[in-house]
Amino acid sequence: MNLDVQGMLKAIDAIGTTLEAHKDYLTDLDSAIGDADHGINMNRGFTKVREKVSQGTYGDLGAILKDVAMTLMSSVGGASGPLYGTFFMRMSMKLAGLQAADASSLAAAMEEGLKGIVALGKAQLEDKTMVDALSPAVEALKKAAGTGASLTEALEAAVLAAQAGMESTVPLVARKGRASYLGKRSVGHQDPGATSTYLILSTLLMSLKEVA
Amino acid sequence: MIALLVISHSAEVARGICSIAAQMAGPSVPLEGCGGTEEGALGTSVPAILEAMERLMARSEGLVVVPDLGSAVLAARTAREMIEGGAERIVIADGPVLEGTVLAAVEASVGAGLERVASVVGEARDLKKTQD
Repeated sequence: MNLDVQGMLKAIDAIGTTLEAHKDYLTDLDSAIGDADHGINMNRGFTKVREKVSQGTYGDLGAILKDVAMTLMSSVGGASGPLYGTFFMRMSMKLAGLQAADASSLAAAMEEGLKGIVALGKAQLEDKTMVDALSPAVEALKKAAGTGASLTEALEAAVLAAQAGMESTVPLVARKGRASYLGKRSVGHQDPGATSTYLILSTLLMSLKEVA
Repeated sequence: MIALLVISHSAEVARGICSIAAQMAGPSVPLEGCGGTEEGALGTSVPAILEAMERLMARSEGLVVVPDLGSAVLAARTAREMIEGGAERIVIADGPVLEGTVLAAVEASVGAGLERVASVVGEARDLKKTQD
């Protein structure tokens, strides 16, 4: 089962639902080590995204993700706007013209998205950011795709890796973003960005399984 | 002439800093503040920053961007990546947003070049406010 245009639209809608349901959770995580707006920002962003893509007609995956990217950049407000915006924009370039993505094309697109995030935010592994969830997820996705796994199997591996990466942020000292102003006081809290990354990936998987 | 763009999470902060800087530098320096999301909440909007960059670039030889906090830097970098032509004439400066903008505006008003105006923003860190 590959991810086609309808599947992508459905996944984006499901991601919106997930972020809405986890709005307070993400904001609570962010109030511990940030500016207490991550859940509000992501929910606002994806509410706008759902409005935007529900009005569009799309012939390829790239066009959908480009609209997602531009909408997030203008509506999210916090650092996650440019970061997720860049992620989806880079993915959209890789998926331009494609009507469906298999494991390897999604892996290639997500790797490109990760590169965009790293180039923009300059975060490395263990800086206590979304990169701690996204980077192992992309690695797992690539590895699974390389062994000929189906998209669902590859995403299952990616989601597990993202979850482990997200949980690994708890003992870390934040070295990027607003949380870095707290220094050692950031230890013991899970990173909100890594958490939203995990939520997005796990919802993508869930949505894909429902279609199948 | 070098232009200045202040990016803050707050529209009021961006506007206020520009007013203070303009008072020091006079009307010749192209100066804009950009803050808040599309809906007026605290935050930044990449498209709004991009539009401000394009307006200021049309009136200047180069642009120094002064962001307030980290995510304003990310928004500025993203907008710079999206601008069509002239990205190499945009410098995102690192320094105290109010003092840096005031010093940079004064520097721009006497005709300093892009690199000089940008570096002055950082020099504002050593500004001794109490002067004692």
